[in-house]
Amino acid sequence: MRPFDYQRPDTLSGAHGAARDGATFIAGGTNLIDLMKLEVMAPDTLVDISRLGLDRIEPHGDGLHVGATVTNSDLAADLRIRRDYPVLARALLAGASGQLRNKATTGGNLLQRTRCPYFYDTATPCNKRRPGSGCAAFGGEMRNHAVLGTSEHCLALHPSDMAVAMRALDATVELEGADGTRRETALDDFYRLPGDRPDRETTLSAGDLITGVILPAPFGGRQTYRKVRDRASYAFALVSVAATVRMENDLISNVALAFGGIGTRPWRDHDVEDLLTGEAPTTALFEKAGDILMKDAVLREGLEFKDTLVRRLLTATLTEMTQ
Amino acid sequence: MTFDLKIDEPHPDHRADGLTQSVLGHDNDRPDGWLKVAGSATYAAEEQADDMLHGFLVRAPKVGAVSCPNLEQVRAMHGVRSVLRDRRMIRNAAQGTANEAPVQGVDQAAYVGQPIALVVADSFEQARHAAQALVVSVEEDDVPVLPDAVEPEEPEDKKTEIGDLDRAMSEAAFRIDAVYTTPSMVSAAMEPHAATAHWDGETLTLRGSLQMLKFNRNELADSVGLDPANVRVLAPYVGGGFGSKLGISADCVAAALAAMELGQPVRVVQHRRNVFEVNTRRSETRQHIRLAADAEGRLTGLGHEALVSNLPDEEFSEPVIQGSHFAYAAANRTLGMKIARIHRSAAGSVRAPGESVGVTAFEVAMDELAQAAGVDPVDLRVRNIPEKDPESGKPFSSHRLEAALRQGADAFGWSHRHATPRQQREGEWWIGTGMAAAFRVNMVIEAEARINLTRDGATVMSDMTDIGTGSYAIFGQIAAELLGLPLDRVEVQLGDTRFPPGSGSGGSFGAASTGTAVWLAGMEIRKQIADRLGCSEAELTLQDGMATYANKRASLRDLLSHEPITGHGHVEPGEAAEKVRQATFGAHFAEVAVSDVTGEVRVRRMLGSFAAGRILNPRTARSQCHGGMTWGIGMALTEELTHDRRDGHAVNRDLAGYHLPVNADVPPFEVHFVEELDDWAGPTQAKGIGELGICGAGASILNAVYNACGARVRDMPATPDRVLAALPS
Ligand SMILES: Cc1cc2nc3c(=O)[nH]c(=O)nc-3n(C[C@H](O)[C@H](O)[C@H](O)COP(=O)(O)OP(=O)(O)OC[C@H]3O[C@@H](n4cnc5c(N)ncnc54)[C@H](O)[C@@H]3O)c2cc1C
Ligand code: SF4
Repeated sequence: MRPFDYQRPDTLSGAHGAARDGATFIAGGTNLIDLMKLEVMAPDTLVDISRLGLDRIEPHGDGLHVGATVTNSDLAADLRIRRDYPVLARALLAGASGQLRNKATTGGNLLQRTRCPYFYDTATPCNKRRPGSGCAAFGGEMRNHAVLGTSEHCLALHPSDMAVAMRALDATVELEGADGTRRETALDDFYRLPGDRPDRETTLSAGDLITGVILPAPFGGRQTYRKVRDRASYAFALVSVAATVRMENDLISNVALAFGGIGTRPWRDHDVEDLLTGEAPTTALFEKAGDILMKDAVLREGLEFKDTLVRRLLTATLTEMTQ
Repeated sequence: MTFDLKIDEPHPDHRADGLTQSVLGHDNDRPDGWLKVAGSATYAAEEQADDMLHGFLVRAPKVGAVSCPNLEQVRAMHGVRSVLRDRRMIRNAAQGTANEAPVQGVDQAAYVGQPIALVVADSFEQARHAAQALVVSVEEDDVPVLPDAVEPEEPEDKKTEIGDLDRAMSEAAFRIDAVYTTPSMVSAAMEPHAATAHWDGETLTLRGSLQMLKFNRNELADSVGLDPANVRVLAPYVGGGFGSKLGISADCVAAALAAMELGQPVRVVQHRRNVFEVNTRRSETRQHIRLAADAEGRLTGLGHEALVSNLPDEEFSEPVIQGSHFAYAAANRTLGMKIARIHRSAAGSVRAPGESVGVTAFEVAMDELAQAAGVDPVDLRVRNIPEKDPESGKPFSSHRLEAALRQGADAFGWSHRHATPRQQREGEWWIGTGMAAAFRVNMVIEAEARINLTRDGATVMSDMTDIGTGSYAIFGQIAAELLGLPLDRVEVQLGDTRFPPGSGSGGSFGAASTGTAVWLAGMEIRKQIADRLGCSEAELTLQDGMATYANKRASLRDLLSHEPITGHGHVEPGEAAEKVRQATFGAHFAEVAVSDVTGEVRVRRMLGSFAAGRILNPRTARSQCHGGMTWGIGMALTEELTHDRRDGHAVNRDLAGYHLPVNADVPPFEVHFVEELDDWAGPTQAKGIGELGICGAGASILNAVYNACGARVRDMPATPDRVLAALPS
């Protein structure tokens, strides 16, 4: 860990003032500190955002505004979240461990880095860690990597469970730029694909602070989050699905599906939803949805199983939710 | 005075049953339990000193000749006191009972992750940062890292050929011929390896996290070039070892060298990522198992041939076939080992080396045979219990496998199970049950202990360690029982090479070996008390601090008012090992649910039934079994240390990536002990229990997975992808 300065401003403008070049925001620190210990990230200055008053969940139109430093535990326990956005509560509780969720925040969770083991290993090349150095995962251990949205430069998964649920919920990220201007970005537009710059993971600009996440009006219908992993708890997803479904007259009237464990970003494919909308639920239909979802998947060695697994999960989840 | 005992003969005199203090064999608290819960038991890295310096190990990023071009710049960094590249630093932890330095050196990295320097600084953070700044250049060697990439060694002395297995296979009514694999695994003890070294110009004092101090002292002395008489090693509390702390580890030697160079105490704590690579791992195994059986399922032949790996110059090889030598009768037998010399991190003992993986694979094969022959899996085992050791013809010292199987089956409700797979379903979950037998060799190691009895009570001393197993508890119970003292008047002091050399913790031999030494020391004291009272030891009753013989009665306080008594016990293995085959036996039963959608497996309950001689404390014994059964879950379902196929490095070397079972993976356990006193185990009739619980545990789960859904997984761990691939369509 490199020596660093630490500041803990009390106001948003103070935070922006402190966040000059080389400065990095720290929220729960559950990902950042690990990366700093390994010197994968080595900021000169940490700006602690825990005292900016961003820790509230408030009504926002017909939806909710979730402050950036609301912890994963608090968010999962909130009555409104459990009642109106159960897919989100479930996704949060499927992530990490109780101790980590007590520290981890909404903004930090969105921006957590990949768990690609080579990204954490400074003895190996990694385009995400050091652009242009190469990618050690290719030809190495690839079982925990992505099959969708990959490039020849990087195939690292986005590991978040929370973000998968938020993507299914059409959440919007609220940002404040270094100059204090506020803007909103749909989660659909928030994450970039790796392409030839896997180090650039989001559309954030330098100095942008996430102030919150906006959840639209409750969707109603059925919601679920299902995560498949190597042990019963405290493991990242092999594959996960966040689903919200509404039925009318035995037809699927509205559906949103987002996936974890398969994409370089929390994955959502509107073509899949278009196929399903207005249709009667059948196994054949769900299997076709799987075909569409996976049509561009690149199943590198060791990753073939994700194709089978995600299709089975999709079919089983939709079957259950449309019954 | 010393009571010496060589175990040459059986000990049919069950003295422990005649003693009246009523603590031995009882479910007593661990005296160290509260200290650990409250945090007042300190571990190696918690040792304090005002002038403490901190060392951080630097790892080799590749295999080959190592140099550090910017060493001088790093030496000049803020807070840095030294960058040690001392050729006495060790390549990897010593093997158990090595008693001398393991391979040493820093110029040539034999595996990725080998410590090649120690950076010492005023603070831990400075040391770590400087260590990360040290450039390690490697002139890379092209070395094999895959077990299949080399022609393996096939040691003659590990080969057994009896009869004609090929013929037995061709004539068999039922036969199984399959290959099973297990991956590299690690101990992942909760306390990382850590050492604090003090040097006073003459004597080296090392507080370490180690299992076998009398050996560790010699290994350390030999590594740094000191007379063992000038080396003292302490390890009063150890947060788990499981074999990974049997031999001296890299942190210990590096801390000692730094303390000797700098003249200040030095602490070296292995980073969790070091723990996964510089200490010994359990070798991956590939096991070819053949079973030939007659129409009733009686084995006519068995074959167990295994491929394992290790670094060049390591003597240890995972003794995969150890249990198969005596587990089942079969006239035709082919057993053998192949050892691939490859450049992954060193392999060594990990909880129940040999049987943990060997019995597990073999018991899956036995399940396949039961299925093929249409014989109930419990009956199949019973049918194949040998009368005598099937290879040497020696009698067994005691053999309670059938009782363990039958009693376990009853307690589990085995008779209610469906014999064929895919019969029970709850929603998407297939439900099934499985079982496996458990086998583990039993051994005794030379051990000594001393008891001082004063007016106030007794103090038991040995350099034996308690690595979380309950040594403190049971030695206190043995002494209290023999000396007729309440437990709170017995203090146990362990983990210091100034005390008599115990057995150390390893191979399940601690309780039976050092426990016997404590017993002998207690007996010695009883004799001296009897002398003072004018009777023989056998005529003496000691209870609640009172000595009684016929109508004479005296309090120990009075008897000891002038002269305390010291008893010394010393036990050695003798001819027993030549005369009889001694082992522990058991049976595992498991119920699982398997998702038909995802291939996820959830263990719903497990029951273990074990015969390990006298149970000295059911609570500590049960805890050992719980631990072993939990390891079985890890072996069957979750644990795999993955090696990069290009350079062999351990990829998932932290606790997020290496999947130990977590609470949610561990169901309610039931543990049942079969009554047994093994007279060949010495005067306590107790055998080892520490490792039996893991042997075969994983097989009961894998067999239950098969029974549930018909997926036969032969490559462990059975992660969802593997279960899905094996699921019948
Ligand atoms: C062992 C382990 C297991 C885990 N398992 C899971 C799992 O199963 N599922 C899962 O989803 N997650 C898992 N996690 C990840 C965990 O959810 C994240 O570490 C956590 O959500 C990050 O939040 P934080 O507040 O601690 O972020 P920090 O570590 O503080 O920050 C992470 C990054 O976000 C930036 N940042 C934080 N807040 C803001 C903001 N408001 N504006 C701009 N930038 C910001 C920081 O600069 C930093 O780069 C696991 C983590 C660990 C260590
Ligand atoms: S997959 Fe991406 S994160 Fe992993 S090593 Fe390659 S470039 Fe780095």
